[in-house]
Amino acid sequence: MTEKRDITLTINGTSYDIRIDPRRTLVDAIRDDCGQTGTHIGCEHGVCGACTILLDGEPVRSCLMFAVQAQGRKIRTVEGLANGDELHPLQQSFIENHGLQCGFCTPGFLMLATGVLEREPDISDEDMLDVLSSNLCRCTGYANIVKAVRAAAAKMNAAKINATQTNATAANAAVAQRG
Amino acid sequence: MKPAPFQYHAPKTVDEAVKTLAEVAGEDGRILAGGQSLVPIMAFRLARPTHLVDINGVEALARLAVDGDKLSIGACVRHAAFHKPVVDGPLGRLLAKVVRHIAHYPIRTRGTFCGSVAHADPASEWCLVSAALGAEMVAKSAKGTRTISAEDFFQGIMTTALQEDELLVEVRLPILPADSRTGFYEFNRRAGDFALGMALVTYRMENGVISEPRVALGGVEPLPRRIPQAEAALAGRPPGRQAFEAAAAAASAAVDPLEDAVTSAEYRRDLTGTVTRRALEQAVI
Repeated sequence: MTEKRDITLTINGTSYDIRIDPRRTLVDAIRDDCGQTGTHIGCEHGVCGACTILLDGEPVRSCLMFAVQAQGRKIRTVEGLANGDELHPLQQSFIENHGLQCGFCTPGFLMLATGVLEREPDISDEDMLDVLSSNLCRCTGYANIVKAVRAAAAKMNAAKINATQTNATAANAAVAQRG
Repeated sequence: MKPAPFQYHAPKTVDEAVKTLAEVAGEDGRILAGGQSLVPIMAFRLARPTHLVDINGVEALARLAVDGDKLSIGACVRHAAFHKPVVDGPLGRLLAKVVRHIAHYPIRTRGTFCGSVAHADPASEWCLVSAALGAEMVAKSAKGTRTISAEDFFQGIMTTALQEDELLVEVRLPILPADSRTGFYEFNRRAGDFALGMALVTYRMENGVISEPRVALGGVEPLPRRIPQAEAALAGRPPGRQAFEAAAAAASAAVDPLEDAVTSAEYRRDLTGTVTRRALEQAVI
């Protein structure tokens, strides 16, 4: 047998010290060793995308990596999306637009869309379709997922513009005070 | 669906990587780069390497740079690096177009250019690019370094000239001249699936006619290759429907297509003509 290794995984800002075989996939370690079962396992060979997580901000299939490879990297999973009781705009949007039925694929879609929208907030509809074609959903027929992600993108961009304007107003006020 | 046990090695330098590989190659030791082909194969137990040499921690292998008239692509450069043109001119634009056909976004954030070339799936887009443009493959082992031409590199389905103790450290693509015209067309039944047929073409114009034509096919035969008969049908003729259809017919006649459970050789032969013509139709400006 191969030797077990002691590694530390950082998931949503929390460190987990675990002892695993090198052959342990990242998704198994996240679920079984770290107890974060929000990330789902579907096909276990990279086709379905249910296990999609963010690794240093990039969407990856966590069934196609070994846990030992994720040491020292920042892992984000669906458990880290909501801020306390306040859902992430994508989560809220999936509810409002009926972007899920059984919900099995949802954590993967949420992390995929989060990763892409954080990187490319102004992504074109065509590129977003290409990205969303990465994961499988057997309930929705995708139309509502696409709708939900578009709505969330618009909301996230509007929130960012508001924040910028608020900052600008505050800065102007500060300048005015100083002046 | 769980990979069989293996010993894990995480070298920090190229020298350390090839030294470790030399030690474990005899026991089916393998290089682990992006893992987007190897890990699924291991999950199915179609591969049971006893050792994995993970090169993701070797910083020197993440190099992507223009060296003179070549684009050097290190072993850890991911597919996603090519989403935006990595170099000005036709080569950067061509690679940015081709990369969108490789699997799906989250696969492209992990999978590597060189890993795809070393794996040598007949339907690999980067293998087709390498064969079409005449890439140089740089292979390193504990014994030394050698450069292999694309022509000699690809030998069959998932079979290359790489020895078991060699690491493909870099692929070098020639920078295309600024006036090169390029086209790429891939057909599959669903986005992200393996190509059933794809064509990559480049040519230049001289006195109103085609010069230096390259026509290469992937996903059709056991290995990607240029099709001299199709190139001959283009050389010295004005670009347009006549020349393109002649090249498509020549390509279709020249190939010895793969056959699988759902796709017959006849279908692939027919498809060969179509993808060749469509790639050429893109390469008009």
